Amino acid sequence: MRRPPLLVLFAMLFLAFVAFVAIAGNVFSPYAHTDQNLLARLKPPSFLGGDPRYLLGTDRLGRDMVARLVYGLRMSVMVAVMGTVLGATVGIALGFVAAHFRGFVEETIMAVVDFQASLPFILIALTLLAFFGNSMTLFIILMGLQGWENYARLTRGVVLSAASQPYAQAVRALGSSPLRLYWKHILPNVASALIVQLTLNFPQIVLIETALSFLGLGIQPPMTSLGQILGDGRDYLSNAWWIAVWPGTIIFLTTLSMSIVGDALRDYLDPTLKRQRV
Amino acid sequence: MWTAHDATAGRSAVAHMLRFWLVKLLRASITLWLVVTAVFIVLRTSGDPVQSLLPPDARQEEIEQFREAWGLDRPLTEQYAQYIVNVATGDFGKSYRDGRQVSTIIAERVPWTLMLGLTSYAVAVLLGVPLGIWAAIRRNTFVDRLIMSFAVMGFALPNFFFGILLILLFSLSLRMLPSSGTGTWMHMIMPAATLGLATAGALARFTRSAMLEVLGKVYLRAAAAKGVSFRDRILRHAVPNAAIPVVTVMGLNLGHLVGGAIVVETVFAWPGVGRLLVSSVSSRDLAVVQALVLMIACTMVAANLIVDLLYGVLDPRIRIAAKD
Repeated sequence: MRRPPLLVLFAMLFLAFVAFVAIAGNVFSPYAHTDQNLLARLKPPSFLGGDPRYLLGTDRLGRDMVARLVYGLRMSVMVAVMGTVLGATVGIALGFVAAHFRGFVEETIMAVVDFQASLPFILIALTLLAFFGNSMTLFIILMGLQGWENYARLTRGVVLSAASQPYAQAVRALGSSPLRLYWKHILPNVASALIVQLTLNFPQIVLIETALSFLGLGIQPPMTSLGQILGDGRDYLSNAWWIAVWPGTIIFLTTLSMSIVGDALRDYLDPTLKRQRV
Repeated sequence: MWTAHDATAGRSAVAHMLRFWLVKLLRASITLWLVVTAVFIVLRTSGDPVQSLLPPDARQEEIEQFREAWGLDRPLTEQYAQYIVNVATGDFGKSYRDGRQVSTIIAERVPWTLMLGLTSYAVAVLLGVPLGIWAAIRRNTFVDRLIMSFAVMGFALPNFFFGILLILLFSLSLRMLPSSGTGTWMHMIMPAATLGLATAGALARFTRSAMLEVLGKVYLRAAAAKGVSFRDRILRHAVPNAAIPVVTVMGLNLGHLVGGAIVVETVFAWPGVGRLLVSSVSSRDLAVVQALVLMIACTMVAANLIVDLLYGVLDPRIRIAAKD
């Protein structure tokens, strides 16, 4: 295997850093994300002449930005991972169901897929939040709902073409059950396409979570996420730009890295899909 | 020369075109019906519509009137029929917050969103398409890489953060542009740039790949051999052929634009439909939310339909394929 380009390497390093912070970020700050210090409100980062105790500054309640960013990042990553797993599981399962039963079942599933694809997801998310009220459970379900249709469409497509391959016919002729055929034989063969889809879907979920939290309709205080910190910071742009800029930069670099790694992964995993290097 | 054969061929081409349009129209209607039905189901499963749609201090006669108007005392199938009639006639009830007709409230906001949306869309198309063509012509040069880097950044940079960066730079540091609200054309610059630039990036990326595909075709080499000038080869041969996929993506991007407007209007306190939607969701003003969702969905379906129809006009192969 060729060494990946420098840019991809940097992106991978950054994602590893994000994962590390999400798991073990507490080491970066002695404070909890809710610890207030009203005597040190809106302090700039320490390297810009702020309080030396607060490396990245404090917010309107004197809460340490490092502690808040770590907690917010953890929340954003956790929600995005749960959403991705949920969406991928449901989407892949429904894709298999559609390809297995064909006919009416398939038509129905694909109609729902088309329906969701024809509307901007944020509209669907806002509707459900408005009618059912915000709760953590609904919010995670919403994150799963974002993009499930892509997995379903992709899975159905690849299963239909894989099922007619000689290896699938051979396994079927040997008397294996359909479940065994799908799980042990077809799924591993379509895994790489699904992994690529995963890398496309994950940044989208991060973006929709941060957007909803930014609008005040996602993660609710006392919990916090990157989007929510950013939304908080919008009201303090004139005197405390750092509250908005740090979480925004982290979101940007994370989604950018994810896209770069996703692109590289697509080229690496799927030689048939390999885009012409033009 | 005109022959009888040509005449029938012409007539049948028109017939196929009409059939193609009818099929598309039918599909759009089905999607629309699905949207209305989905909203109806959500409205009924999330609780008593009287409680969700009327203010908590509604008087008894108001509640009765509402039950009457929406047919809540009748069986579910009749309610559903009544619901469709109400929606079709634009009767969405009253806002929970100020008791005004929902349709009036929305009508006030629509021009603002249209103004912002059309400007952003113009920015996106006028910037994205030429940049994509330019990148394709200069492929693998510095210009190409620069344009494509911006396009990738446009995808990864969330629009709410991009908007905030613009406010920090142009309103707070340089003090050149107003940070929010409306009033002058200056107020429009940052929201339209935020919304337009990200879409321009996506369009540029797509236009570039569509152009590259066409540029590799034999007929362009043939045109070059014939002595067609470079300019004509690009403008008269390559661009029209690349236009087909680009128009589709332009239609799909309208969805991104609508989704983006919801966020961007909130960032810049723009008094449009998107901000109304966000504030209505926050205060759970469900009569307004319901009407807005239906309206935006309608717009999306209509836009997709227009793209589909345009697609048939642009690409004769689609018309011919419809024959089979």
